[in-house]
Amino acid sequence: MTLSILGARIIDPASGLDQVSDLHIDAGKIVAIGAAPAGFHAARSLNAEGLVAAPGLVDLSVALREPGYSRKGTIASETRAAAAGGVTSLCCPPRTKPILDTSAVAELILDRAREAGHAKVFPIGALSKGLEGEQLAELIALRDAGCVAFGNGLSGFSNTRTLCRALEYAATFDLTVMFHSQDRDLAHGGLAHEGAMASFLGLPGIPETAETVALARDLLLVEQTGVRAHFSQLTSARGVELIAQAQARGLPVTADVALYQLILTDEALVDFSSLYHVQPPLRTRTDRDGLREAVKAGVIQAISSHHQPHERDAKLAPFGATEPGISSVELLLPLALTLVDDGLLDLPTLLKRLSSGPAHALRLPVGELKVGAAADLVVFDPQASTVAGEQWRSKGENCPFIGHCLPGAVRYTLVDGHISHEA
Amino acid sequence: MTPIDAKRPLQLNDQGQLRHFLSLDGLPRELLTEILDTADSFLEVGARAVKKVPLLRGKTVCNVFFENSTRTRTTFELAAQRLSADVITLNVSTSSTSKGETLFDTLRNLEAMAADMFVVRHADSGAAHFIAEHVCPEVAIINGGDGRHAHPTQGMLDMLTIRRHKGSFENLSVAIVGDILHSRVARSNMLALKTLGCPDIRVIGPKTLLPVGIEQYGVKVYTDLEQGLKDVDVVIMLRLQRERMQGGLLPSEGEFYRLFGLTTARLAGAKPDAIVMHPGPINRGVEIESAVADGAHSVILNQVTYGIAVRMAVLSMAMSGQTAQRQFEQENAQ
Repeated sequence: MTLSILGARIIDPASGLDQVSDLHIDAGKIVAIGAAPAGFHAARSLNAEGLVAAPGLVDLSVALREPGYSRKGTIASETRAAAAGGVTSLCCPPRTKPILDTSAVAELILDRAREAGHAKVFPIGALSKGLEGEQLAELIALRDAGCVAFGNGLSGFSNTRTLCRALEYAATFDLTVMFHSQDRDLAHGGLAHEGAMASFLGLPGIPETAETVALARDLLLVEQTGVRAHFSQLTSARGVELIAQAQARGLPVTADVALYQLILTDEALVDFSSLYHVQPPLRTRTDRDGLREAVKAGVIQAISSHHQPHERDAKLAPFGATEPGISSVELLLPLALTLVDDGLLDLPTLLKRLSSGPAHALRLPVGELKVGAAADLVVFDPQASTVAGEQWRSKGENCPFIGHCLPGAVRYTLVDGHISHEA
Repeated sequence: MTPIDAKRPLQLNDQGQLRHFLSLDGLPRELLTEILDTADSFLEVGARAVKKVPLLRGKTVCNVFFENSTRTRTTFELAAQRLSADVITLNVSTSSTSKGETLFDTLRNLEAMAADMFVVRHADSGAAHFIAEHVCPEVAIINGGDGRHAHPTQGMLDMLTIRRHKGSFENLSVAIVGDILHSRVARSNMLALKTLGCPDIRVIGPKTLLPVGIEQYGVKVYTDLEQGLKDVDVVIMLRLQRERMQGGLLPSEGEFYRLFGLTTARLAGAKPDAIVMHPGPINRGVEIESAVADGAHSVILNQVTYGIAVRMAVLSMAMSGQTAQRQFEQENAQ
């Protein structure tokens, strides 16, 4: 099928392209930016005057909940939600049931994702069997099945030597390891950032050092083993400093942050609303500002949703008995545009953190608009607005932003030239 | 950071009266004083031969205790009975099934039995807020203790004890000693003392038992008991749970007693007419010497008596505020 997007402001952060032009698609690929190739006839044309066309967003962490937790979400429902948020490629974390530590689970996820067809899915495999941090998972089999990186989630490794070997093994085959650096002992039993708010509410705290102690250790191990490393879900200003120092030393590490960490702080917990129960926790205003500056400076290359849909009951209990996580992938673009409204980032830089930044971090073959590349695009109206929750496609309604009026509105999301979302 | 009073609309009705009693956070001084005045008037009821007033006649009060309790549960039962309410007490084990489900379903079932008021104790901080907000907003919810967060009736009975023995709060030095970190009593006391205008609130304990950011309560932190007790009018001792020895918070009960136990000798540094309080149950020889617990300065048993009066005050005020709010909403709906 052929398609032309006419008169859009085309922004490709990877190449620096930012101009009003036309873009032409044939057989799932971009065939021209500007004038149509000779003999090209568009079966459908989208009038995109006043709209922005950018690479489809790449989200490094979207829990699809399948297999095992389909009461919370399914591959079909959550990838559909992602398309509504402007996402065309996403990584799903390994905490499924069974855990994504065998190629069979990876294949199942990829089959169902292809069947749904709303977004490209790149699974993150478990670094250790059962995410137990004791025995290595079959990383090469998982890689061959389609896993693009390997992580152990927040569970970590209890034995540092085992972790070190896992990193050496991954380095042998140039695999990327995704860290969620949090010291298990320091975080044990914690529900909120250890600070004035948690103390006031009587919630057990997770100190900043739960992140920084683990990060410092992990960075030293990365340096020693030479493994390719990506640090996911940073929460603290001090943690970001450690990443910046490592990058300044020449260590090629990348990092991402959950979008909600750039917006919310632990002050949101004041009335015990379980919607703000996330792990790792929301931290202070200073931390949020440090994270925002790191996104601006490029120390953090990727902004992700860290989408975690839940069924209603999972959040319907006293704070400590609820499950952590926010469902927000379908608001990814409008919520991220608040960073432009706030004056933190210009639009091309924001789009970079949402497309080529995350794609490069995990070496995903997506995130750019160029002739010959897959036609994965988001087309949005920067002047319009989105009332969050007016339509909702995720199975998880655990989103504190529902009801808010957010800037920008996704008009079309295209995956391989097919329209996966239209509004 | 100052505590934000976002809870205020939840526990107050449109006229600013209590409709739930969840936390002392955000409650104005006048309201706390009203609770103390009402409790004072109920103390007479306890002294009468017939100890009943008809304020809650025809109402059903359910005590739902997800955590063990003897004193709090019994004094709530007595308070409700003296107000002529029908009283049901349920001790719900949390171990059998997922906590949240038990809580939600249990309360929904009780609500269906037309209970008018729930007194809830639960191990999770925020449990009472959760119930008032999401489970049964039409039923008056009284927090009988939630996790480490709040124990507001204990806080108010402590305030009544202080007021009856010291007259007012304006010129007092009050020390709270021991395991502040895990104590909902300490949190409620700090809030109440601050609201009632106490100018010198001290907390005394080792750093392992002091929560981060405790300065937000407007308190002075002491890690030395003798310094902290110097010239105080009121000493509030907290119970030290045995399990604090695990996890490295303290080396031993013996060392804690040596450093933070209230002995006759240490109490001598306080004002000569200082009173000693404790929410109970006391650990003799762990946080307090027997001679102090049973001595002339101790008002620990008075606290229990005042507890019934304070709970009568809170039950009657919340029931009246909740009823007024329901009538107001019904009229509005029509």
